[in-house]
This record gives sequence, structure tokens and C-alpha cells, in this order.
Amino acid sequence: MSSATVSSKASTKTSAAQSSQVPEKNVYGRRLAGDIASYALLTILGIIWIVPIVWVFMESFNKNPQPYQTSFFPKEFSLDNYVKLFTDTSSLDFPHMYMNTLIIAIFTCVISVFFVLAVAYCMSRLRFRMRRTFMNIVLILGMFPAIMAVVAIYFILKAVGLTSSNTTIIALILVYSAGSGAGFYVMKGYMDTIPFSLDEAARLDGCNNWQVFTKIIIPIARPMIVYQAIVSFLGPWLDFVLAKAIATSADGYTVSLGLWSMLQKEYIHTYYARFAAGAVLVSIPIAVLFMIMQRFYQESMSGATKG
Amino acid sequence: MAETAVAPKTGHARVRKSKKMGKGYIPPDPWTVRAALSHGDIFTRLSVVIWGLGNLVRKQFFKGICFLAAEVASIVWIILGAAPALKELPGLGTGKVIKVKDADGFWQTKVPTPSVVILLYGVSSVVLIVLIIWFWSVAIRSAYKAQMLEQSEGHAPTFKEDCSDLLSGRAWLTLMTLPTLGIFIFTVLPLVFMISMAFTSYDAEHPSKFDWVGLKNFGTLFSTKGTTVNLPMFMDVLVWTLVWAFFATFLNFFLGMFLAMVIERPTTKLKSFWRGLFSMSIAVPQFVSLLVMNQMLQQDGAINRLLKNWGWISQPLPFFTDVTWARTTVIIINLWVGIPFTIMQITGILENIPAELYEAAKLDGANWWQRFMNVTMPYIIFVLTPYLITTFTGNVNNFNVIYLLSGGAPTPVGASAGKTDLLITWLYKLTVDKNNYNMGAVIGIFTFIVLAVVSLITYRSSGSYKNEEAFR
Repeated sequence: MSSATVSSKASTKTSAAQSSQVPEKNVYGRRLAGDIASYALLTILGIIWIVPIVWVFMESFNKNPQPYQTSFFPKEFSLDNYVKLFTDTSSLDFPHMYMNTLIIAIFTCVISVFFVLAVAYCMSRLRFRMRRTFMNIVLILGMFPAIMAVVAIYFILKAVGLTSSNTTIIALILVYSAGSGAGFYVMKGYMDTIPFSLDEAARLDGCNNWQVFTKIIIPIARPMIVYQAIVSFLGPWLDFVLAKAIATSADGYTVSLGLWSMLQKEYIHTYYARFAAGAVLVSIPIAVLFMIMQRFYQESMSGATKG
Repeated sequence: MAETAVAPKTGHARVRKSKKMGKGYIPPDPWTVRAALSHGDIFTRLSVVIWGLGNLVRKQFFKGICFLAAEVASIVWIILGAAPALKELPGLGTGKVIKVKDADGFWQTKVPTPSVVILLYGVSSVVLIVLIIWFWSVAIRSAYKAQMLEQSEGHAPTFKEDCSDLLSGRAWLTLMTLPTLGIFIFTVLPLVFMISMAFTSYDAEHPSKFDWVGLKNFGTLFSTKGTTVNLPMFMDVLVWTLVWAFFATFLNFFLGMFLAMVIERPTTKLKSFWRGLFSMSIAVPQFVSLLVMNQMLQQDGAINRLLKNWGWISQPLPFFTDVTWARTTVIIINLWVGIPFTIMQITGILENIPAELYEAAKLDGANWWQRFMNVTMPYIIFVLTPYLITTFTGNVNNFNVIYLLSGGAPTPVGASAGKTDLLITWLYKLTVDKNNYNMGAVIGIFTFIVLAVVSLITYRSSGSYKNEEAFR
């Protein structure tokens, strides 16, 4: 949809250029020079942007798992790295980490979506005394560096007894989802674009605030909910800092921690190529979700109700 | 219009309407503690001592019993839990190993509770007691409200009416409780706890027993003699943090804008292909691409090897070993990370600039540069100012790029902060890696001050904060 608007806009611009008073030949020559320059620039930069990604992909099939080899791209290819990643689980259990992250991500996603929806609805639609205070407090809390709380969160979880190896998953779910209500701004902005007349009509029909929330707002906000769900789902896959501070034993590792430890001194010589394989396996679902998210985000940015 | 529909349907609508109602104006609560004490009857006043009494008398049995139970639980907790924790808070524990004779007559060594646990319990107790006091006022106000409603409407709201009110008039209470609790426990409490550490001697040399030291740590930060943290080091990191945030924000913005405009040129073919090419790097998790970059840029990493094979260099390039090289490297790599986001943002905006503006400018004889300076730029700046502010603060707090890419390297021998360390990575290193929690907390507070100054000035003067409901 967006590309269609681009081309239509582009064509109007082109026709505008043609109809202007500048001599045709000059315009054509300058445009050709501009085209060549811009294609050259885009190609060079495109290669720079794509090389590290291609490198990870090629390295994941490298037959020689050693780091620091003589050539930039691998010379021989095999599937060994992927096979070993899933079979050799003695020191770094990648499938287990993958499952951990998946479980954490699913729970975080459900809880955060509910929290964000609830807070955003209250901030956008309901008027109560603590509303402005709440928004200001969240704004101020957001200015404290999140890293500062990491150590304190670890001590709190330790005092509650959630830091042993088998409860790390619960601890991480709590940490990722508990504060998510503070991230209501985007959702609130979206809800603000839903016309108030819809609420009023529903209220005239006898809906209370709760019913307006579940029957009017949630269905209309669906594109934004998908966006929010994907963002919260991706959080645990992408986070590194909190996981590193809280997951103290390898049992509770998430993929990001696992991949990070593969590049540490004690593992790098056997795990270098497997790191690339793991990175590819993590990137594929993230890339897919990211593209879906992108579409829903653009859709929701064009407004809640059309026409 | 929305106000009338949203306002709680209670007996006090009369009171509300008598006041002048502006947009978003909420009249103050008519049921205050002061009013309860001056106008309340004997049961309402007794509710100060016996929570829920007023509710019980007005046949709000469930509510009354809940308040009473809450009071009993609070008193028991204060005596058994909070009192011992608070008693130890000023001294933060004895720190002495004591020997106790157990039941069988053997001497058992009793390890003292670490000060950090005492501090945590103490801080949590203070926070919880504040919450209890607030709940106390809720109980008093609830009793007064029940009394007044009984007078004006004949009966206090029943349990059923209260429940339906929680879904209609006070739905915000139902919806906000859990999210607020989450924010409270996992954001506010840790912050209070961490800030309190800034006033103690909790560092690598005092891992189990430490004391309150007042403002000494702030003094250390501003002295020139501190060993792990001192003023020259702090200024170095602070200046670099600001320089980094400036370049990371504005280089990304301008170069990203330039690329977006090149892609958006009318004659550029395959627009979505180019955009897709650049946004591929967003789809790869940041920590993966950063770790890969880190590996590639090592002394004997792929880049240096490649350049050597081509014969362009004889010595490996000092990407993370020379200060200037390292700083330039992280800024450039951050361009690789950040430009795709800028392209995405700006493409959307470029598509929305009204074509009439360009046509009018052309009719007036404006050339490309004039059109860019007078139409495109003002429009983009107007739309993207809030985004630029958040990007700037985000870059001050950009932990991932620095920690995973350079790790703060190069680090001078014996220094706690590397030359590419930001305040935030320095804080992380001081706390997580070096266990100097007190200095880490002090730096965290200063990071907050830097961010608060930057964002308060800009947020509060931005239109979206002032005119939140302007378009309604």
C-alpha cells in the first residue's frame, strides 16, 4: 500500500519537474548524473550494510570452526555447526536456552500487552485524580538509567528466593513484564486517535467503562495490539543486560546470554562457527516478526478509524 | 462531552457541577481525611483506630472486614517484620561473627546478616509503612464516604454496587492496580534501594558489613584523589558521553535523512528494494551484529586480515586500542546500527509532505537547495523534534553499543573507566563487575540529573505535552 502511494507521489513530482520552465536537455543531463551518483552511493552503502549479515550467514556453514582464519569468507561449507548446536549440549545447551527464551517471551508478551492496554486505556479515556501524577511519575522514572536498577532488582529477587537455577525463568518473566505498564505512551497515542463519539454512543447504549474497553477500544486497537505484542515478545530475545545480571547459572540462560558466552575466551575456539549458526537461528524468527510488526505499525500509524 | 460521560456516577455529582469545569479538570476529592475528622460522626472518627468500623456500621460488611483484616495484618507485620528491620537500619547490622551455644551445648558460629540484606529490608519496610499509612487514610475516607452517602442517599453503597462501580466509574482503579504494583516493585523500589546505596560505604572492600557515610561518596566523585572514581575521570566520561550522544544522534539523523532522500528521488528505481536492503540490519538482533562487529574489528579480526591480504596496511589498525580510533569506530558502527531506523522514520515523513508545498516553491523559482532548506527541513524538524530528544537521551543511555562493541576499550591501566565508556557502562562496570555499588549509585544519580535536565527543558516546552488534548 505504501509503495503505491510512493510511486504515485513520485510520478506527480516527475510531471511537475517536466512542466517547469527549465530547458529539457539540461534537466535530463543533470538527472542522469544524479542517478548515476545516487545508484553508486546506494550500491556501495548497501554492500557495507549487508556484508556483516552475509558474513554471519556464511560463517554459520563454515566447516572450520576456528576463529581468526586466513580468509574473510569461509572456503568450505558444511551443516556441522547446526547439527552440533543441537546435539552437543554438554557445556552450552542451546536448545534449552531457546526453550527458556520462548517460554519467557510468551508469558512476558501476554502480561505486558494486558498491562499496556489497561494503563493506556485509563490514561487516554478515563479522567481521575491521579492521572497526571501517574504520567509525570512515569516520565521521571524513565529518566533514571535502567541499568542502575539491575543490581537492586537482583538483590530483591534474591531476597524473595527467585535466583536459584530453576526459578530464573520466573524471575526473568517478572522482570520483563512487571514494569511494562510504564511503556504505555505509544498505545495511548493510538487510543487518542479513536473518536470519542464511539465511546459516547456505547455509553448511551448502556456500556460501562469496562465494556467500552473490551467491546470498543480493544477491537479497534487491534493493529496496535499486534505491534505491542510483537515488541514485548521480542524483548526477551533481544535483551542482554538484565538476563546477564539475573541468570547466574547456565540453566536459566536465554539465547542472548548463550550466544554471548560462546564468544568468551573459554568457548570461542570451539563455538565460533556455532555462534554464527545460533545467531542465524535466532535472527530468522525475529526478522519475520519484525517485518510483520513493521506492517502493523505503519497500518496503525495511518490512524485508528478511516474515513 | 466526554467528561460528563466519564465522571463517576456518585451522589456528589451536584458538588462537581457547582465548580467550574475546564477541560480535563478534576475537582478535588470531597472525602478527605480532614473532613472525616471534623464532620464525621463517632463511628467515622473511631475508624481511625479501628479500620472499617464505619463501614461495618453502614452494613458494608465485606469492605469493613477487609479493612479490619488489613489493619490486623499491618500491625502484626510492623511488630514482627518492620520493627526489627528498622531497628537495624541505622547501624546496618553489627558485622560481628558471634558464637552461640545451641541446645546440645555446642558452640555454633552465627554469621551476621549482610548489611545489604538489612538495607533492603529496611528500605522495603519504610516503603511499605508509607503504603500502610496511605491505606489507613483510605480506610478513614471510606468510612466518611459511607456515612455521607448514607445520609444523602439512605444507604451506603452495597458490595454489589461497589463491584459494579469498579467496572464503571472507577474502572481505572481495577485496571491500574496490577500495572502500578509492578512498576512499584520492579522500578520504584529498586531505584530507592540503589539511591540509598549512594550514601553507604558498600564497595569491594566492604562486601558484607558497611555503614552509612552521608555525602562522602559525592565528595569522592568531586575530589581529585579518589582511586577508582575521581573528578578528572568523571569529567572525561561525562564529556565523552555528551559528545557521543551528540554525534550519535545528529550524524545518524543527517546521514539517514540524506540516504532517505536519495532513495526517495523521483527517478530512483526499486525504492522498496533499497529500503529493504538497509532495514535488514534492524531485523538482526543488535547484540548479534554488535558482537560480530566486535570480532571483526579485533587486532587479528577479519577486517584487519582482509586489509593486510590486499596489502593496504602492514600493521593492524588499532580499532579498539587507540583512543581516537576507538571513539571514531564506535560512532561509525553506531551509524551502521542507527541509520536504518532514521531512514524508516524519515521515509514516512517525506511521503507525507504536501506536494503543493514543493510545487508552490518551484513556481516561485526555488532551486533544489532552497526547496530543501525551506520546505523539507522545517517540516522534518517540526515532526521529528520529540524523536530527536528521545534519541538523544536514548544515546546517553546506549548501553548495548558501547558494552558489546568496545567494552569501553581502550582502558588505561588501573582506571575503572575505559576511554569509550559512557556513564551508563561505567556504572554497570562499577556495580556488576567491580562491586563498587556506592560509587555506581552516585554515577547513576548524576546520569539521571544529566538526562532530567536535557529532557525536562525539551519535553515540557514541546507541544505534545502542553496541548495533549489540543485536537479534541
